[in-house]
Amino acid sequence: MKFTLAWLKSHLDTTASLDEIAAKLTAIGLEVEGIEDRAAIFAPFIVAEVKKAEQHPNADKLRVCEVFTGTETIQVVCGAPNARAGMKGIFAPAGSTVPGTQLLLKATTIRGVASNGMLCSEREMGLTDEHTGIIDLPLDTPVGMPMAKVFGLDDPVIEIKLTPNRGDCLGVRGIARDLAAAGLGTLKPYAVPNVKGSFKSAIGVTLDFPAGAENACPIFAGRYIRGVKNGPSPAWLQQRLKAIGLRPISALVDVTNFFTYDLGRPLHVFDAAKVKGNITARLAKNGEKLLALDGKDYTLDDSITVIADENGPEGLGGVMGGEHTGCSFETTDVFLESAWFDPVRTAATGRKLGIHSDARHRFERIVDPAFVVNGAEVGTQMILDLCGGEASEIVLAGKAPDWKKTVTLRPSRLLGLVGFDLPVTEQTRILESLGFTVTKQGDLLSVDVPSWRPDIDGEADLVEEIARQHGFDAIPAEPLPPLRAVPAPAVNAGQRRVRVARRALAARGLTEAVTYSFIHHAEAEVFGGGQEELRLVNPISADMDTMRPSILPGLIAAAKRNMDRGQMDVALFEIGPQYASVAMDGQSIVATGLRRGATGARHWRDRPRNVDGYDAKADALAALSAAGIDTAPLMVMDGAPGWYHPGRSGTLRLGPKTVLASFGELHPRVLQKLDIKGPVVAFEVWLDRIPASRGKAGVRTKPALKLSELQAVERDFAFIVDQAVPAETLLKAVRGSEKALIARASVFDIFAGAGIPEGKKSLAISVRLEPQQQTLTDAEIEAVAKKIVAAAEKACGATLRA
Amino acid sequence: MTEIARLAAETESAVANAQTLDALEEARLAVLGKKGWLSAALKELGALSPDERKARAQQLNEVKDRLGAALDARKAVLADAAIEARLKAETLDMTLPLSESAEQLGRIHPVSQVIDEITEIFAAMGFSIAEGPDIEDDFHNFTALNIPPEHPARQMQDTFYLPKRGSDGEQIVLRTHTSPVQVRTMRGGPPPYRIIVPGRTYRSDYDMTHTPMFHQVEGLVIDRATHMGHLKGVLTEFCKAFFETDKVKMRFRPSYFPFTEPSAEVDINCSREGGVLRVGEGNDWLEILGSGMVNPKVLEYCGLDPKEWQGFAFGMGIDRIAMLKYGIPDLRSFFDADLRWLKHYGFVPLDIPTLGQGVAR
Repeated sequence: MKFTLAWLKSHLDTTASLDEIAAKLTAIGLEVEGIEDRAAIFAPFIVAEVKKAEQHPNADKLRVCEVFTGTETIQVVCGAPNARAGMKGIFAPAGSTVPGTQLLLKATTIRGVASNGMLCSEREMGLTDEHTGIIDLPLDTPVGMPMAKVFGLDDPVIEIKLTPNRGDCLGVRGIARDLAAAGLGTLKPYAVPNVKGSFKSAIGVTLDFPAGAENACPIFAGRYIRGVKNGPSPAWLQQRLKAIGLRPISALVDVTNFFTYDLGRPLHVFDAAKVKGNITARLAKNGEKLLALDGKDYTLDDSITVIADENGPEGLGGVMGGEHTGCSFETTDVFLESAWFDPVRTAATGRKLGIHSDARHRFERIVDPAFVVNGAEVGTQMILDLCGGEASEIVLAGKAPDWKKTVTLRPSRLLGLVGFDLPVTEQTRILESLGFTVTKQGDLLSVDVPSWRPDIDGEADLVEEIARQHGFDAIPAEPLPPLRAVPAPAVNAGQRRVRVARRALAARGLTEAVTYSFIHHAEAEVFGGGQEELRLVNPISADMDTMRPSILPGLIAAAKRNMDRGQMDVALFEIGPQYASVAMDGQSIVATGLRRGATGARHWRDRPRNVDGYDAKADALAALSAAGIDTAPLMVMDGAPGWYHPGRSGTLRLGPKTVLASFGELHPRVLQKLDIKGPVVAFEVWLDRIPASRGKAGVRTKPALKLSELQAVERDFAFIVDQAVPAETLLKAVRGSEKALIARASVFDIFAGAGIPEGKKSLAISVRLEPQQQTLTDAEIEAVAKKIVAAAEKACGATLRA
Repeated sequence: MTEIARLAAETESAVANAQTLDALEEARLAVLGKKGWLSAALKELGALSPDERKARAQQLNEVKDRLGAALDARKAVLADAAIEARLKAETLDMTLPLSESAEQLGRIHPVSQVIDEITEIFAAMGFSIAEGPDIEDDFHNFTALNIPPEHPARQMQDTFYLPKRGSDGEQIVLRTHTSPVQVRTMRGGPPPYRIIVPGRTYRSDYDMTHTPMFHQVEGLVIDRATHMGHLKGVLTEFCKAFFETDKVKMRFRPSYFPFTEPSAEVDINCSREGGVLRVGEGNDWLEILGSGMVNPKVLEYCGLDPKEWQGFAFGMGIDRIAMLKYGIPDLRSFFDADLRWLKHYGFVPLDIPTLGQGVAR
């Protein structure tokens, strides 16, 4: 919302400075977005009189002028054909920047004659495109007067950002009222004229809405004004409109735009000669068309309110008038419309047709429903003032929608809700100056809401009005009372798992990424997603049209981008949501990571190798371990999802059914589809599948630690097994063969080839025996070894390597 | 000079001249070895008369002690020289660069770090973290927050829609703010509440300063007495702690949000001198969050009696305050996963923000 300082002062009697007004506007919630002080731009340029204008001795088309600025006489060389002695124009001194050309003027010599400034055209001043001669002012214009003042440009333009609840401040008067209530002056009285009609309007108005849609346009006031003379509007009106960025069109149209901004009351003028028959406000018929004032054709439907005559729609109610019945300089008879349109329908129409007009902007934020007839009155009066003519009686159809509201206010709520108090008298004063009617009822205030404040409907709204007008600076900053001296933890077990897993993965050299929750549907399909219910109806682009079923495609795309920048070794992870469905439980938190390329750059000491599935396994285990899982009993099984290499991937399970993690090399076909060069390994850890720890919350004491004093024994075994036998099978058998003694069994060598039969491999296992009762004798050790060998053979046909 | 004295002198000379530990050992063996002359002389003691034996033994022991000391001393010198010689041979070029260890390489994303910082500060004020789904329905995202279907406020937020409707016919949307978690919290159990809600949010907007996904943190306090002064207190304490400066000034400006009444936008002071934004300095203002007292209508939608319960809510852009705090220029780069960017703006994994150690890096 834009307005000028003078415009504001036409409603507000104030001595406050521009800065004070701006500060107060922001303080009461009418946030100042910008102030354009045009007087400052035009400050160097003043009215000057041309005392002499003589032919330039060396140039036919130039004149040497002596220009009097009120304080001095300056010689300038001027090429304008209209430069002549005795005229008054605008002088730009050397050293100033000409606004229209943005050129810095310098004192110079033109064909041997000194020139110390310039007499300017309207184009050079940035006023119009006029450049046939220099500005030729009326001879009574005082010499030395600032140019901005002459052209009415000394009026600063203020732009405020309005919140959508404040339709009342889409008129300058509403802003003035708010400022007055905040103590920045007094609101000037506003007398609505009562223009006597001298005849009956030739155009009648009916409202014709189906049941249920009556509120589309419940009231319509019109007035026929005949014998007007349309033409350019007066300078003051043009200047105001131009100042706020509107193009003056003609007096009749400018009047309607003026009231749109002055009182927040949109009006419309029809050229009465072009209206056929009477006017009806009704819903459009499907397929009806209208050429609107913006020059565009719109096809309408039955959700849209139109103002129609016998020819059909002539305007979009509350949005825009029609071209056909628009006013021109030839208009002599005019029909003025002041109506009220339903905010919801107006907004929907505007959205549907893509029209953002000043009228729509106001009607969808609710125009004062009690000012409809008054709107017709003020519009008529100004038309008569500017264009002459004779007004009919008012044609009125329907009645204003019910807007009356009374809200009860407990004055104590100010302190209770906002934290500072004001006397009841001051609370009352603020409300009354905003237009509320306040009646004291015991300890309560009964507050009638004015017609222009539909946003007020409860006690809290009134508290806000009082608080904001008094100023939020008065709100004290108080600490929240502590619930206890040392606060309880802020995160629950699940949130803690996420936080620790994140740090653990980063500590393994992975870098945390945050990628978009939506990806290309084709990529989603590769990862088991892409179902219809997860496709956005209105995506930003096809690349981001589907909620991700896995974080991996996003990380793969990120890896590719890094590779394109020459970063070939990539180690990224992300802990975030992925989506299996739109249901609440369709979203899960997954720690996902990816390694691509080598383990590092070439290095004299740490020879890099290509990443492999075991790196991914280690990452997954680290994440699980950090999340509080004892990883030793986890089952390592196959069954990773289809985007992993079937022979080089696995799952980590808590029991055979609960898959906590998948890991491994990515499937070569997936790499092909996503167009990334391997090796790429990945892991996915479902953090929210980790069961909550049993028992009571809080500290869990650790089980007692039994440390044996007795000598531990290490024994090595080399087993020959079939190539296909998983190491885990053998290790499990070994560990289980004598649980009381075997503290650890681990693989320290794997070998296949010379000396090992075809299709077999050798697994070398180190077993640590930790006796608890007494030191082991050789015989006892031998007995355990036998058990181990027997168990290995039973579990997977393992034989001791000769 | 006796024979012994002569041999002792010879030995002393051999010891002194020994250049290697081996030569020294040879000299020792010549004296004290099984066949050494001193060993032999000692063996002969038994054949002497008691008187002679005593005198002779004393003399031999003196020689033995003297030679032993000389041998030890020479041995120490030679051992030391051997170490010196070894040291000369044993050199490594310690300027050779090493590869960075994993915990030096890894990085935490600024969004995660800042969420941890925010959590620390609000935890100290008794808040806990609540969460909710990214895929929401119309009711939780709009209606229960007092944003009716045609409300102009819905046009302030460009919502992403999903095609399916929920079981109750509600339009499914991507949440446009973290506020639906307010609704879920209030409908999920009785007050009081003191929560913050960090999370992903989505709006259909993509330009220099907007990304279709971004992060917000919501705050909600509901009890019987919390008022706007507490809101001001909490946010002031937060800003001081977060930006680690007592100088930061805050300005509460009346504003409008359908879900709060009264509503305030909160600005902090900043300086833009030389094109560099500095928070907590200067006289310019920078909007950082929206807030207010929870609208009684929202309480009603959530099944709470507004006559009994009241409190405040606020919402703040996490990415935005991360940018402000750490001088990160472009929001879009947050989601690009450029390793160079993450290395520069990210945080090392063990640098966990705590109030004890401070939350600014």
